[in-house]
Amino acid sequence: MPFNPHTPKDVSDMLAAIGAKKIEDLFDEIPKELRIESLAGIPDALNEMHTGKLMMARAAQDGTPLNFIGAGAYEHHIPSAVWAVTTRGEFYSAYTPYQAEASQGTLQLIYEYQTMISSLTGMEVSNASLYDGGSAVAEASLMAIRAHRKSKSQRILVPTTVHPNYRKVAVATATGQGVRFDEVPCPKGFLSVGDLKKFEGEDVTAIVIQQPNFFGVLEDVDAITDWAHANSIMVIGSVNPTSLAILKPPGEWGTKGADIACGDCQPLGVPLSSGGPYAGFLTTKMENVRQMPGRIVGRTVDANGHQGFALTLQAREQHIRRGKATSNICTNQGLLVTAATIYLSLLGPEGLARVANESHARTNELVASLTRIKGVKLAFDRARFHEAVLLLDRPVAPVIAELARRGIVGGFDLSNDYPELGNALLVCATETRTSDDIQKYADALGETLKAAVRAA
Amino acid sequence: MAMQKHPEKIIFEYSRPGRGAFGQWPTERDTPNEIAADIPENLRRKKPAMLPEVSELEVVRHFTKLSQLNFSIDTHFYPLGSCTMKYNPKACNAFAMLPGFLGRHPLAPDSLGQGFLSCMFELQEMLKEVTGMQGVALSPMAGAHGEFAGVAMIRAYHRARGDLARNEIIVPIAAHGTNPATATMCGCVVKEIPVNDEGDVDVEALKAAVGPNTAGIMLTNPSTCGVFERRIKEVAKIVHDAGGLLYYDGANLNAILGKVRPGDMGFDVIHMNLHKTFSTPHGGGGPGAGAVGVSSRLLPFMPIPVVGKEGDKYRWLTEKDLPQSIGRLSAFMGNAGVLLRAYIYMRMLGREGMHRVGEYATLNANYLMAQLAKAGFDPAYPTRRASHEFIITAKKQKNDLGVSAMDIAKRLLDYGFHAPTTYFPLLVPECLLIEPTETESKEALDGFIDAMVSILKEAETQADLVKTAPHTMTVRRLDDVRAARQLDLTWKPAA
Repeated sequence: MPFNPHTPKDVSDMLAAIGAKKIEDLFDEIPKELRIESLAGIPDALNEMHTGKLMMARAAQDGTPLNFIGAGAYEHHIPSAVWAVTTRGEFYSAYTPYQAEASQGTLQLIYEYQTMISSLTGMEVSNASLYDGGSAVAEASLMAIRAHRKSKSQRILVPTTVHPNYRKVAVATATGQGVRFDEVPCPKGFLSVGDLKKFEGEDVTAIVIQQPNFFGVLEDVDAITDWAHANSIMVIGSVNPTSLAILKPPGEWGTKGADIACGDCQPLGVPLSSGGPYAGFLTTKMENVRQMPGRIVGRTVDANGHQGFALTLQAREQHIRRGKATSNICTNQGLLVTAATIYLSLLGPEGLARVANESHARTNELVASLTRIKGVKLAFDRARFHEAVLLLDRPVAPVIAELARRGIVGGFDLSNDYPELGNALLVCATETRTSDDIQKYADALGETLKAAVRAA
Repeated sequence: MAMQKHPEKIIFEYSRPGRGAFGQWPTERDTPNEIAADIPENLRRKKPAMLPEVSELEVVRHFTKLSQLNFSIDTHFYPLGSCTMKYNPKACNAFAMLPGFLGRHPLAPDSLGQGFLSCMFELQEMLKEVTGMQGVALSPMAGAHGEFAGVAMIRAYHRARGDLARNEIIVPIAAHGTNPATATMCGCVVKEIPVNDEGDVDVEALKAAVGPNTAGIMLTNPSTCGVFERRIKEVAKIVHDAGGLLYYDGANLNAILGKVRPGDMGFDVIHMNLHKTFSTPHGGGGPGAGAVGVSSRLLPFMPIPVVGKEGDKYRWLTEKDLPQSIGRLSAFMGNAGVLLRAYIYMRMLGREGMHRVGEYATLNANYLMAQLAKAGFDPAYPTRRASHEFIITAKKQKNDLGVSAMDIAKRLLDYGFHAPTTYFPLLVPECLLIEPTETESKEALDGFIDAMVSILKEAETQADLVKTAPHTMTVRRLDDVRAARQLDLTWKPAA
């Protein structure tokens, strides 16, 4: 099923114009011994109808289980308008907006996105996106190293309350350049200034604070930010954008505010979709704008003095600066920014606050319901937002497997990343989980734990 | 589809207090703000974020109008060199957005993801087959991200052998900017080598450049000059003999799909831009997918996670399975939805269709080059076959008529064609890099040729018309200097 439109006559006319006898001749500069005759491992073509049957069967195989995991990817309601408009061919099949006059739609949309995400994070400027929340932490760390001219250590403090996968991405991305990530253990489930005292007087470039943290617990962001700034350490806030409708934005943390905010746009109209595509965001104060990685859109005027939009500050980027660019990023996650911008426009300030509040209330309901079951208790009884850690009286993995058999995705097993916590399970509910859903989970968990006791 | 001809207001200019898309809000509780009473006062937001307060129709109309200000593959011929702007089949989007795929949480148990994982495993296998590599990892999220994975693997390989001095990456001067930027991100030193008059790597310069510090070379083949690197086997031998590895930048893989494979040319690691060769959408700047393929010696270093198969069950392989991995490059598994679209595209193309991609992409490019040459334009490498793309240099037009490559590019917009890539690669003066792709018809190409001929005539008789183009877009040429000097990066309400 090739998608090329050539008729035999087209081919012969075109070859005649070229002065070649057959298409094969066009490859005569490739050494013969390198040429291949067949791709035996590729299956036969399927037409769209048969492809549809195949894909529907594969999708149906995975079903639509009831989900109670968050852990960096949240199942929120997605308005129909978001993807109806986002998948319009003019957005979907356009390239990066290098030719500004032929890309004003995408450019203006990014400008509107930059406005919204800057305001949401309490910052002054935003880039046009990074790959995801993990790569955003990595790029924010590298950016802090460029921006902090007095610090020579290239040392970043990362509490263990930061998403474990974000920490791994940061290490894989930045250590090649000599960046050192020092983990700060947080056995109480949150970072306290006391845990940081030992770094006082040392050369540290930046600290990453995740709010709400990976366990859903709220960090004391004001005190940590002020401590960091008192010690000449830049502050990177990794935040959930939905939470910012009701939580203090990074730009207002402590006396001076965080220096860089980053995170993932996924909660803003982007489906879970097995982990991507999502979109990383990164915002900062104007003084750091030239250290930002990635594309930035600016409003300017055209030859007639009319408003127009263009990519700007491109001297930071790889296609101009090559080996000296602030990052190698080129293609980013434009279409997800489109979805997030439409989502934020539909929800508005009150709608987003309602989503945040309702999600939080549902998680509280979930925690209350599950901790009534014998053998389940709450870890870290502190202020939290829309996610919580539960402790079971037995290993988590078999429980999750049994719940999966019952069509329930029961949470994220923390035993690989946090063995010190014991049988810990991270759970989440958003506004999409009803009281019935929560009851179903509680019943299934209760039965699973009871059955296991009997089996033992 | 008609272009929207009037400028569109900023969404905030439609905002009115008290308006909203109420049908999208959770309405379970009347006083939602009281619910979060358990969140301490000092951690709460005091002033609401500035988000627009608009109705659903206003949102739909505004963003639909914005979309109409774009050129796209669906609406325009888009011959942007090195970007492979081919048709993105609608089925790829429709089937990747089935509820079973969209609703799957990335951390859900593998037992609830066998359908999805089977697609990913088969995608890995198909990509191995078309590239001749021994292993494929899917998690890098764009071409540059794949480049990062590739160079990081090269470094990890040398380090694992105790070969610590190898930190130089050789890059031809015509390479994409991401190549040197990636080498720097991986902590390597970039060494640039020249390209000869026929667009091939200068082999003598390469011989002089390699040595005990060589980590590897990054090459695009066909190169960014739009021609096949004829001495590739010799290049591979020189680099391998010096102890270095070869990196293949897959930006131009479309040219050779089904004809020749990077693995057979001697490359050790490659990235594939699935958003080019395998037709996933460019989305106005992503999401892409930059899957990487490796030779057997780099298998242990692949980025995690990778999909493995045991019996008839699929599962994610992690650091436990690949302890020497360069690590995790994405929070979960990369751009899964994009990978699904590439999988669907490959299944629809099938074996035969795959062969035809490279053939017809090459036919279209050579036809366009031949016709433009006849019409008076100068190919940069007239003695060479075009690959899937080629370069026209407007040096003559610039010298004789004062009309630059950029002027021609902008005037093409008035004729309803997206501009080719301009001023890349930098070594060709007044460069237009043109890539038609295999999905364009002869009529579309002829229309483009007619426009180019017409612009050439205009350049001779009324050069100002070309120099001040475009004239029919919603905006005229934009003031880039002002954009950078008077930074206006967010909208602010009138005081």
